[in-house]
Amino acid sequence: MQKSEALINEEFVCDAPNDQKKKEPLAGNFKYMLIGIIFGIVFTKAEIISWFRIQEMFRLQSFFMYGVIGTAVIVGMTSVFLIKKFNIKTISGEKIVFHDKVLNKGQIYGGLIFGLGWAMTGACPGPLFAQIGNGFIVVTITLASAIAGTWTYGYFKDKLPS
Amino acid sequence: MLELIRQPWHWAVAGVLIGLTVPTLLIIGNKSFGISSSLRHICAACFPADIPFFKYNWKKEIWNLFFVAGVLIGGFIANQFLSNPNTIVISESTIADLKALGITDFTNLMPADLFSVENIFTLKGLFFFVIGGFMVGFGTRYAGGCTSGHAIMGLSTLQLPSLIATISFMVGGFLMTQLLLPLIFKLF
Repeated sequence: MQKSEALINEEFVCDAPNDQKKKEPLAGNFKYMLIGIIFGIVFTKAEIISWFRIQEMFRLQSFFMYGVIGTAVIVGMTSVFLIKKFNIKTISGEKIVFHDKVLNKGQIYGGLIFGLGWAMTGACPGPLFAQIGNGFIVVTITLASAIAGTWTYGYFKDKLPS
Repeated sequence: MLELIRQPWHWAVAGVLIGLTVPTLLIIGNKSFGISSSLRHICAACFPADIPFFKYNWKKEIWNLFFVAGVLIGGFIANQFLSNPNTIVISESTIADLKALGITDFTNLMPADLFSVENIFTLKGLFFFVIGGFMVGFGTRYAGGCTSGHAIMGLSTLQLPSLIATISFMVGGFLMTQLLLPLIFKLF
């Protein structure tokens, strides 16, 4: 039991792990909801959730999305550099944890499949939620299908090249 | 002020705010930024079906579900209270290309030619909602992240796998847009 739990934890290097040791009450999660709300507003107001913006990007007919992603990466990179350099702690005093990602074929095959879907739906997972909030009801089908896709990946995981 | 907020925001404003999400989540709760994980948590919470990939303590990651619920609410707030009074400005050449494919509506964030309820049970719906969505969910999980987890969080922490993933996302997008979409639109 102990061992299998460790295995699960070992395997559980998803892209957005919670590394906080201190337990949070359920209500504490509302602060992440607030950040999500700001995020959804930014996505909508900068029109990143627009199918047209994604088409412009993949047709190289606008700098807009490249500007957004490029700026976000520069700001993120600088922040991570500063956190590491000054050993900035979390507000509850914990050391901030970073994860190294392991290279595998999934990043290429999975990445290509996601890219194909991204150009069709005009949305990566974040904008899917914001599009629904904007009243594009049909995107609930896209989201349900994305959940089904994730589930199917989980089902066939061991049979796929990795 | 409200007038200014209602206008479409500059890419640099959006980029800075999205980039700041990385340190904000780390500092307030030691959380790594990534959105596609939410889809996995939904599977783990609702349909684990004894699949090892979905057998983990999703409750520990519930912050991610609060976050995406927030994104949905944020979209609603922006749409209801801060929406742009003018039609979206799209590059002329993109409009010309899309018109050639048969898109006629350029007034909203999403073209009504594709993203409308009437298309649910049509071939358009099959491609743009069902197959497209499936590839987003399958591909992001296979790749271990999406634009947020790889392109933003991964590149911010200088991860080579994330650079490879990001390049693959872009290659997939170019392939779909340049080669496959013209074929798909011929079906309608």
